[in-house]
Amino acid sequence: MSSIVNRSPEKAQAKPDACLSVSRLCVSIRDPEQRDTKGRPLSSEMVSDVSFTIAAGQTLGLVGESGCGKSLTAMAIVDLLPKPQVYQSGGEISFNGQRIDSNDPKALKALRGKKVAVIFQDPMTALNPVQRTGQQIEEVLKLHFPKMDKSQRRQRSIQLLNDVGIPSPENRIDAYPHQFSGGMRQRLMIAMALAGEPDLLIADEPTTALDVTIQAQIVALLKKLQQERNMAMLFITHDLALVSQVSDHVVVMYAGKIVEQQDVPHIFSQPRHPYTKGLIAALPAAVARAPKTKLDAMPGQVPSIDAMPTGCRFANRCEYANERCEQEAPELTAHETGEISCHHWQTINEASTSGVSKNV
Amino acid sequence: MSDALLEVKELHLHYPLKKRHLLDKPSAFKAVNGVSLFVNPGETLGLVGESGCGKSSLGKAILNLQTPTAGEVWFQKTDISKLSNREMRPIRRDLQMIFQDPYESLNSRHTVSSILEEPLIIHSLGDRNQRRKTVSALLDQVGLPQSAANKYPHEFSGGQRQRIGIARAIALQPKLLICDEPVSALDVSVQAQILNLLMDIQQDMGLAMLFISHDLSVVRHMSDRIAVMHQGQIVETGNAEDIYCQPQHDYTRLLLDSIPQIAQ
Ligand SMILES: Nc1ncnc2c1ncn2[C@@H]1O[C@H](COP(=O)(O)OP(=O)(O)OP(=O)(O)O)[C@@H](O)[C@H]1O
Ligand SMILES: Nc1ncnc2c1ncn2[C@@H]1O[C@H](COP(=O)(O)OP(=O)(O)OP(=O)(O)O)[C@@H](O)[C@H]1O
Ligand code: SF4
Ligand SMILES: [Mg+2]
Ligand SMILES: [Mg+2]
Repeated sequence: MSSIVNRSPEKAQAKPDACLSVSRLCVSIRDPEQRDTKGRPLSSEMVSDVSFTIAAGQTLGLVGESGCGKSLTAMAIVDLLPKPQVYQSGGEISFNGQRIDSNDPKALKALRGKKVAVIFQDPMTALNPVQRTGQQIEEVLKLHFPKMDKSQRRQRSIQLLNDVGIPSPENRIDAYPHQFSGGMRQRLMIAMALAGEPDLLIADEPTTALDVTIQAQIVALLKKLQQERNMAMLFITHDLALVSQVSDHVVVMYAGKIVEQQDVPHIFSQPRHPYTKGLIAALPAAVARAPKTKLDAMPGQVPSIDAMPTGCRFANRCEYANERCEQEAPELTAHETGEISCHHWQTINEASTSGVSKNV
Repeated sequence: MSDALLEVKELHLHYPLKKRHLLDKPSAFKAVNGVSLFVNPGETLGLVGESGCGKSSLGKAILNLQTPTAGEVWFQKTDISKLSNREMRPIRRDLQMIFQDPYESLNSRHTVSSILEEPLIIHSLGDRNQRRKTVSALLDQVGLPQSAANKYPHEFSGGQRQRIGIARAIALQPKLLICDEPVSALDVSVQAQILNLLMDIQQDMGLAMLFISHDLSVVRHMSDRIAVMHQGQIVETGNAEDIYCQPQHDYTRLLLDSIPQIAQ
């Protein structure tokens, strides 16, 4: 497992321990329709061997194709997987040195009252539709700051709504979530997550419904809180430009596995994995295209969970794939600036830097 | 302009505000405040604007999912703004919407195949066998595996759910598709697949689109014309390239300036 802690010495000195440490996490999904010979439901592994650490004050960006397991990884960390259908089937998760995962019998209690907050990808699944927004924020405040009185809580809620850019919050605080626009609901979720002043914030696509002007405001707010309170952040997004602005380090996932991790200047200046390279090449800004022409979509599809190949999971879409890739799954290997999981990464990267053709 | 597929005239959608005191005059929040626009057959009109400016409300008012407070919506030469739900039914076949929040719009107790079959049944299209084939083709088109058919919406990731919503909206091959942030939950590679798919359908079937998004680079890529919305009103309309290269309104300029770039 690599350590993100040592890569940014200036920041890390303040609090050198890993705030969050995820080690060989596996998440599996039971298929109730398929049973083994003893009649037990069969399950397949959706997240495999995912490891990373985040130090206090640092942000880890988690990117990857839709459906690759980003949200499941986040849910596992806060023990909110929809059990029993989806469950943690391996690995350990620790927060400030203490186990918090569901594989440890003592862990559940440890998580309670811990300063971990989540911004969920689907605001409406996390918001209570029949409770006024103000009450929902106040409940978080009640839990974390029992000494606050009623009027203080209301003041603080208005302040939080204001911080996330909701116009005239004092009029909005008594509205119900369905009276908010898509982007305002997302900001409401952010306000609720920040209300408890977390030490670790897990943000799952927190700004997808926001236009760039408000996104910039939210990102500035998160960075400010991070500096003031040394908050650690796991930032899940498919927006590479955004990830480059908020993260110290980036983990790239594909089909349930980490394929590459590097610190932020390098992942963009020297992406090493063919999938990462493809992602960066598909950015609208990277290729100027005439309007209404076809975009270069990465060809092919992610393998489905019930048909995961034994070899490299990216092989069916990779232009460098050969027989070895189809038979043998590559392992994560360390290099100077991070880790990569690809049999041919050295040859591929030599070829592309020297301009030689891509035959590997 | 008279042969526009959709023509919206002075449309208003006001949400009533709760009275604080008994004696207060009833007041309302003007989410859509006098919008006029048109979309020609086969054309894409992009709609951009900041969060909360009224884009989704406008979409729902055009579809008559929220009854407009005032104004007219002419679709294929009929004013649909005052039609009842039942009168709307035959028209809905040609007028579909991809919703911003897929979770809210997908029935969580139905499997994907029955979600996709439902519009086909309502409009009595094909027999059981043909419907199955259509469902399977739709899954292919939006890049979901065939095994998705027997699953429920909560068994999918955010981006996959969005694609289910897209499949349902194109199932009836509508003439006008209102796309409310159709790709903002998707990573770049799937995003490109979906945008290509929409452009394909547009070419094959002459589909027209009202394309709502806060992502200006996507809107520019998809649209023939762009309308910029601000606080319930359209503040600027024009050719996509002109808006992008010579924005007139302050908000349009701000939007363009705030697009994040890869930090080097
Ligand atoms: N409750 C569930 N039951 C069964 N399968 C599930 C469930 N939740 C997720 N999955 C499956 O697990 C895979 C990973 O889902 P996850 O939500 O982690 O993806 P993601 O990386 O967050 O994608 P996105 O970017 O689209 O949100 C998906 O293929 C999804 O179909
Ligand atoms: N059912 C409702 N009752 C009261 N107010 C509402 C309702 N739905 C929306 N609004 C308000 O109308 C305004 C416009 O909302 P709308 O959803 O149309 O915005 P939008 O432009 O789609 O924003 P976003 O980009 O965030 O999705 C917002 O201020 C919202 O709070
Ligand atoms: S291991 Fe082979 S198939 Fe996988 S990414 Fe590397 S070259 Fe491509
Ligand atoms: Mg997700
Ligand atoms: Mg909206």
